[in-house]
Amino acid sequence: MSEHAAVAHTAHEAGHVAGHGTSTGLDSRKMGLWAFIGSEVLIFGSLIVTYFIYKPINAARPDAQLPHEELGIMFTSLLAAILLASSVTMVMSLAAARNGDKRMFQIWHLATIGLGLCFLGGQVYEFYELSHHGLTLSSSLLGMTFYTLTGFHGTHVAIGATWLFAVFLKVRAYPDSPENLMDIELSGLYWHFVDLVWVAVFTLIYLLP
Amino acid sequence: MATLERQVGHTPTLVPSKELPGWLGWLTTVDHKKIGIMYIVSAFFFFLIGGIEALLMRVQLGVPENTFLSPDVYNQMFTMHATTMVFLAIMPLNVGFGNYVVPLMIGARDMAFPRLNALSIWLFIFGGLMLYLSFIVGGAPAAGWFAYAPLSTKVFSPTNGMDYWVVGLTITGVASIAGAINFIVTIINMRAPGMTFNRLPLFAWMTLIVSFLLIFAFPSLTVAQVQLLFDRNFGTGFFLPERGGDPLLWQHLFWFFGHPEVYILILPAMGIVSEVLPTFSRKPIFGYAFVAYSGVAIGFLGFTVWAHHMFAVGLGPLANAIFSAGSFLIGVPTGVKIFNWIATIYGGSINLKSPFYFAAGFVAMFVIGGISGITLASPPLDLQQTDSYYVVAHIHYVLFGGAIFGLFAGAYYWFPKITGRMLNDRLGKIHFWLMLISMNVTFFPMHILGTEGMPRRYYTYEAGMGWEVWNLLETIGAFAMAFSILIFIFNVVSSLKHGERAEADPWDGATLEWAVSSPPPAHNFDRTPVVHSRRPLWDTKYPDLEVAHEAGSHGMKRSEAVKQDQVHHVEGDEAIHLPSPTFAPIIVSFGVTVLGFGLLYLGTSGGMTAIAMVVGLVIMGYGIVRWVRDAHADLPQH
Repeated sequence: MSEHAAVAHTAHEAGHVAGHGTSTGLDSRKMGLWAFIGSEVLIFGSLIVTYFIYKPINAARPDAQLPHEELGIMFTSLLAAILLASSVTMVMSLAAARNGDKRMFQIWHLATIGLGLCFLGGQVYEFYELSHHGLTLSSSLLGMTFYTLTGFHGTHVAIGATWLFAVFLKVRAYPDSPENLMDIELSGLYWHFVDLVWVAVFTLIYLLP
Repeated sequence: MATLERQVGHTPTLVPSKELPGWLGWLTTVDHKKIGIMYIVSAFFFFLIGGIEALLMRVQLGVPENTFLSPDVYNQMFTMHATTMVFLAIMPLNVGFGNYVVPLMIGARDMAFPRLNALSIWLFIFGGLMLYLSFIVGGAPAAGWFAYAPLSTKVFSPTNGMDYWVVGLTITGVASIAGAINFIVTIINMRAPGMTFNRLPLFAWMTLIVSFLLIFAFPSLTVAQVQLLFDRNFGTGFFLPERGGDPLLWQHLFWFFGHPEVYILILPAMGIVSEVLPTFSRKPIFGYAFVAYSGVAIGFLGFTVWAHHMFAVGLGPLANAIFSAGSFLIGVPTGVKIFNWIATIYGGSINLKSPFYFAAGFVAMFVIGGISGITLASPPLDLQQTDSYYVVAHIHYVLFGGAIFGLFAGAYYWFPKITGRMLNDRLGKIHFWLMLISMNVTFFPMHILGTEGMPRRYYTYEAGMGWEVWNLLETIGAFAMAFSILIFIFNVVSSLKHGERAEADPWDGATLEWAVSSPPPAHNFDRTPVVHSRRPLWDTKYPDLEVAHEAGSHGMKRSEAVKQDQVHHVEGDEAIHLPSPTFAPIIVSFGVTVLGFGLLYLGTSGGMTAIAMVVGLVIMGYGIVRWVRDAHADLPQH
């Protein structure tokens, strides 16, 4: 039976419970995830740099397809709002878990996953529409860099949603596990990162002239 | 007054090992020591294969206009030789020694993430095997280990070899990143009480720096490889000029990874040398802080010099000048290390054993390799030297004379700890001298050949160029090198059977791995050690020895320094709970590999491979569920 009925009401408290026995007092898994996120920043950075390298070259070519002509900002703004909302629900989910409120945790957590799936569905729909308008992986440098970058991001959203769902199932299967709070927090950390990448991608690809 | 470690009246309860017997034990282990051995053994196996590839090339080049290897096979040889040595030999040997030794050095019971550790070794093994499968399914990659576009694109590399290169190395790349995360968290977060960064052994320092290099450098390679895969299979044009793409983008992305990669290859060996030289000089390392921070400087600067591999592509004089300046600058922290090592040996009471020989050999050979590197840092010189045998000379002096010699120093140093047996020292010295001499016979003439214009990656050369003598000499030297390796193998095999039994501390070492038996128990330390200095074993063995001090002054006794150390450690009666063996990591690795195969063939055979990808994902999913279950079952209260 679990001895840890640890209900940490703040992130500070959660850190103390979790970082027990480490040299820095920080939780090892959280440190590892931050290192991984650092690595992921460079992956997306390289893809974004590739997009910007080819942006002017694309514009100068006869088969040029221009972002402001091809990409629809309205629909994608809605997708961005959905993803941002999912980060808010993620925060609520973690707070509910820390408060010991099982029911609200489940609701907020499933809401996060649901919003993430909406985002993914919207991306799939957007890709479908764009490809029917002639923007494909091989149609132009825009298609090439756009689909690679947003496709990579979408894959990360899918992985994140799967991770969130796995945490949901795990917490349901092992409700007394002392690791649950950290599991939820870690999956949320990854989710926030994926959301942040979207903010960057959306700004740089859709909003920049 | 400070408190020393509290005496505990009884040894903590040890949960009995649940290691499975025989082969299953190796397939399911999460113990850093066993995983370290697996890395070292499999990497050594790949090292031998890479060596055979080199010998085949040397046979082909032994005489002019030879027909031993066809041009295409020759291209596969130099591609696979380099890819194998870099990714499947040196890197995993570094990680293998790091895995075995670093947790012991910092007083930990295992790595921070033992199951992730197991995932890394299996991904490495499967990825390496996938890469070699290419030989029998249409041809190995043949565009060089750096796979320049457009040579590596579909038009000029029509076989699946390049796709195997991409996917195989992506899988081993995931293994490397996971391993790096493991080392970062282990070294930062799992040090024994009292082991501040200022007291961290230099091998652990270098491993930490290398781990940061890994997580920041590999993404660039991964992106480049994905883009290449897309170009080859999905109709994109990242590197195809006719589609608006730029082959130079490949070079920038690759070398942004590739240059930090060479520091990833060499820094661990420098860490090993920084352990071996002080132990066998019976002196502390000279300038500990300089050695540690020069490593940090090399790591940081290593990200700023990548385009010195591109001096001949036409970046322009300003870009060339900037990268040239950085490349000269990076020689400074390296030189700092060299001087510190020499100063360590100077005035020491030298214990002339095999590890010392290899470490000293490292210093000498790396200086030669470093000097040729400095000349290559000058764009006008590099314009002649690049893509010639001069570069081949440089890389082999730093990678063989450097990294491999350093790794052999580590092998001779830590073999007693790992196996409980001593290697035969006389054979070790024969191995050393034969390898040193033959290495120089093989690679020194390459400086001359390169200066005379012999290009690299050519399967043959014309008679009458004046190159015949040097090439023949190099071929003879290469076979002598192979023979020296055979001596080492013989030494290992016979020592495992009949070698003298090793005590816990055969070399009179100073770091914590020598505090436990040879080999160590599964749980490493009965009680977590408390550390009061950079040389914790000297504190316990030689309490009356004076701490390092200026000549002429009077140093404090070590026992006194320990008393003054303010470390206050409250020891709980912690039960030692080791993580249980599990099949989950090998299952997940297998699933990733199946997914990888599907991805590999997706561009050429759509339907079947999509099924393979789904199957791979399902296997991964099953493995992850099992992972979560096994991890949960392992929690202390169960």
